[in-house]
Amino acid sequence: MDFPKQLTGKILLKEELPFEKDEIQHLLDSNDLIRTPSITKTFFQLICNRCGNKKHHLFGKIPCYRCQKTHFYCRNCIQTGRAMECTMLYEWTGPQANWPHETNPCAWEGTLTPAQSKAATAIQRAIQKHKEQLVWAVCGAGKTEMLFPGITYALQQGKRICLATPRSDVVRELMPRFQTAFPHTKIEALYANSSQKTGEGQLILSTTHQLIRYKHAFDVMIIDEIDAFPYHQDPSLHSLAERACKQISSKIYLTATPREKLKKRVSKIQLAAEFVPIRFHGHPLPVPISKLEWNLRKKINNKKLPQTLDSFLQARNPQRQLLIFVPTIHQLPLIKQLLINRFESLETVHAEDEERKEKVEAFRQKKYELLITTTILERGVTFPSVDVVILDAGHHVFDEAAIVQIAGRAGRSPIDPTGDVLLIHQGLTEAIKAAIKHIQSMNNRAKNQMQPTKIKRS
Amino acid sequence: MYCLICHQKIIYHHTWNSMLSPLSQICEECSIQLEPIQAPICERCGRPFKEPSICNDCLNWQRDPQYEKSLAFNRAIFTYNDRMKDIVYRWKYRGDYELVHLFKPYISEKFPQFYPNTKIPLVPIPLTDERMYERGFNQAEAIAQIIRDQFHNPIVHALSRKQNSHEKQSKKSKIQRIQADNPFKLKISINKPIIIVDDIYTTGTTIHHAAKRLKEAGSPAVYSLTMIR
Repeated sequence: MDFPKQLTGKILLKEELPFEKDEIQHLLDSNDLIRTPSITKTFFQLICNRCGNKKHHLFGKIPCYRCQKTHFYCRNCIQTGRAMECTMLYEWTGPQANWPHETNPCAWEGTLTPAQSKAATAIQRAIQKHKEQLVWAVCGAGKTEMLFPGITYALQQGKRICLATPRSDVVRELMPRFQTAFPHTKIEALYANSSQKTGEGQLILSTTHQLIRYKHAFDVMIIDEIDAFPYHQDPSLHSLAERACKQISSKIYLTATPREKLKKRVSKIQLAAEFVPIRFHGHPLPVPISKLEWNLRKKINNKKLPQTLDSFLQARNPQRQLLIFVPTIHQLPLIKQLLINRFESLETVHAEDEERKEKVEAFRQKKYELLITTTILERGVTFPSVDVVILDAGHHVFDEAAIVQIAGRAGRSPIDPTGDVLLIHQGLTEAIKAAIKHIQSMNNRAKNQMQPTKIKRS
Repeated sequence: MYCLICHQKIIYHHTWNSMLSPLSQICEECSIQLEPIQAPICERCGRPFKEPSICNDCLNWQRDPQYEKSLAFNRAIFTYNDRMKDIVYRWKYRGDYELVHLFKPYISEKFPQFYPNTKIPLVPIPLTDERMYERGFNQAEAIAQIIRDQFHNPIVHALSRKQNSHEKQSKKSKIQRIQADNPFKLKISINKPIIIVDDIYTTGTTIHHAAKRLKEAGSPAVYSLTMIR
C-alpha cells in the first residue's frame, strides 16, 4: 500500500484507517502518524476537532464501555463516524505524496464561448497566483467546462484539486464528465455510501460534508454553489473547507446566485469576481411567469387541481418533460394523486428517498414524463428539455436564490433552448419579484455584452 | 431544548399534565412520523394485528416443542417504519447514544399499562464483548436503565452472550436465524418472573432463546418488552 498517497492531507478516526492494529502501532512508533484528541474540553466549551462543532446541544453523553467513563461525543458528525473524548484523530506526518505532473491531462475537445473563456482565464490566473476568485455565472452558463483549463494547468503542476459541491446528485453527475475529460487522472467521487472511494485521488469531487476527513490537503479548492444549503446555513462547513486547503492555496467559488455577504466583498474589492451572464448556447434565460391562484394551499389540501396548473398542462408542449417543485415532502403524494390521470408516467422524489439516485437517473433517461420534487433538485442537475412549475412559490423555502436556480433548470439544451417556467402562488412575495427581476437583469446584461456598441450609443 | 432527531429547537406548550410526565425530547414534526402500536395487537408478540388474537409467527413458535412455553408474551411500543429504521440505524450502528432518551416519555406511558403494579426484575439482552467494544454501549441495557430510573425495577444481568457468533443477525436469513444455536449462557438463575428488555423484536429468535435459558433456570414466567416490533 502507498502510505503517502493514502494518508497525505487526511485526518481520520482509528476505524477509518485502512490498516491493521500492529501496522498503526508501527507507524505511530516511527512518527509517521500522530494522534490528537478528537474532543477538546475547555472551561467554557467543548470543541469537536473532527468537524469543528462548538454547539453544546450537538454534543451527547455516552456511558462508554471502552473507557468505563461517561463522557461526551460529537453528534454533529456522527453520520460519518463517532468522535468521543476517548478516541483519537490520526494525521499523517510522514513523507508527502508525489502527485504526477501530467503534460497533457485534458482530453476534452470542445471549445469555450468567449464569455466562458474569459472566466476560464480568470480561474487559471487565480490558480497560478494562489488567489481567491468568484465566478458569477448564470444557470446553464457551462460552469464545469470553464474549470477545465484551470484544472489542466493544476494537473500539469502536480497539484491536488478538490471540487466541493453541496449535493451528492451533483457529484454523481460530474464524475463521468470529469473522468472523460481527464482520463489518466486519479479521480475520486466522495459522498455518503460512495462506491468510488479509493483514498488515492489527486482530483476529488466531494460533497462538502465529506471534507471532514481532510486537513491541509489541497492546492486548489473549488466550491460549487457556494450560496447553497447546507453550505450557506452551516458555518462549520466553511471551516471544514478552509481546513481542507493547504496554507498556500487557491480558492474558486462558483455560483449563479451569490448571497449579500459575498456581493459585499466583491464591491469592496476584497474578492475578484468574473461575471458570465450568457448561457453557453447563447439564448436568454427563460423568464418565469407568475400566476395567482386563490386559496392554493387549501385547494391542494382538499385534493383539488389548481386551475392555473390545469390550464398550463393543457397548453404546454407535450414533447418536453415536466418538473414540479413543491415546498414540503408531505405534499408529494397529494400532488401525485392529483396528476396521476394526466400523465402516463410520473414519480416523486425527496432528499431522504432511498431510490433518489435511481429516480433522478431514470428521469434523465426520459422514463417518466413528470417528476414531482422538493427543492433537492433545485440546482446542479441538468435535464435537457423540461418545463418547470413551482407550486406554492410563495412558500418560505423558495427564496430568491432558489427560484432563480429552479427557473434555471429550463431551456438547458441548445436544441430546445426555451422552456416554460410557471410560478403558482397565492400572493406575490418579495422573493418572487426579486427572482424575476434578477433573471431579467441577467438577460439584459447578456444582451449588452453581446452588442457592446449599442450600449455606448444609448 | 433541541429535538434529539432533527436538532431543531422545540417550543413546549406547558400544561399541568406535561409537568407530571417526562418532557418529550423530540419535536412535533418528528414525533408524528413515529408510529406507536395501537390495539388490536397480537396477544403474544405485541405486533399490530387485525384482531386481538395470535399471529401466524406466534402460532409457529407455539408449535415448536422447544420454545412453546419459553416466552409468555412480548409487548412493544413502536412499529418498525422507515423513520424508525433511520433512527435505529443512527442509534445502534452509528452509535448516537443520546437517541435512547426519545423513548423516555413513551416508556413512562406504556410500561405501567403493559406491566401494572410490579417490580419484576429486568434482564437486558447482552451483547458479545466484541460488539460491546465496537459500539461502546448496550442498547438493551440503556432502555432497561430508563425503566429502572422511572419505576425502580431492578436490573439483573442474568445472561451473557457467547463470543463465537461472528455474523450480525441482520446478515442472516430468517431460517438461519431461527436455526442458529442458542447464543446465551446463564450467569445467574432467578426463580421469579422476569421481563426481558431489548430494542427490537424482529423474528423473535433472540428473545425466545433468552427466554428459554431463563425458564430452564427456574423462572416461573418470562415476559419481554421491546421498543420496536
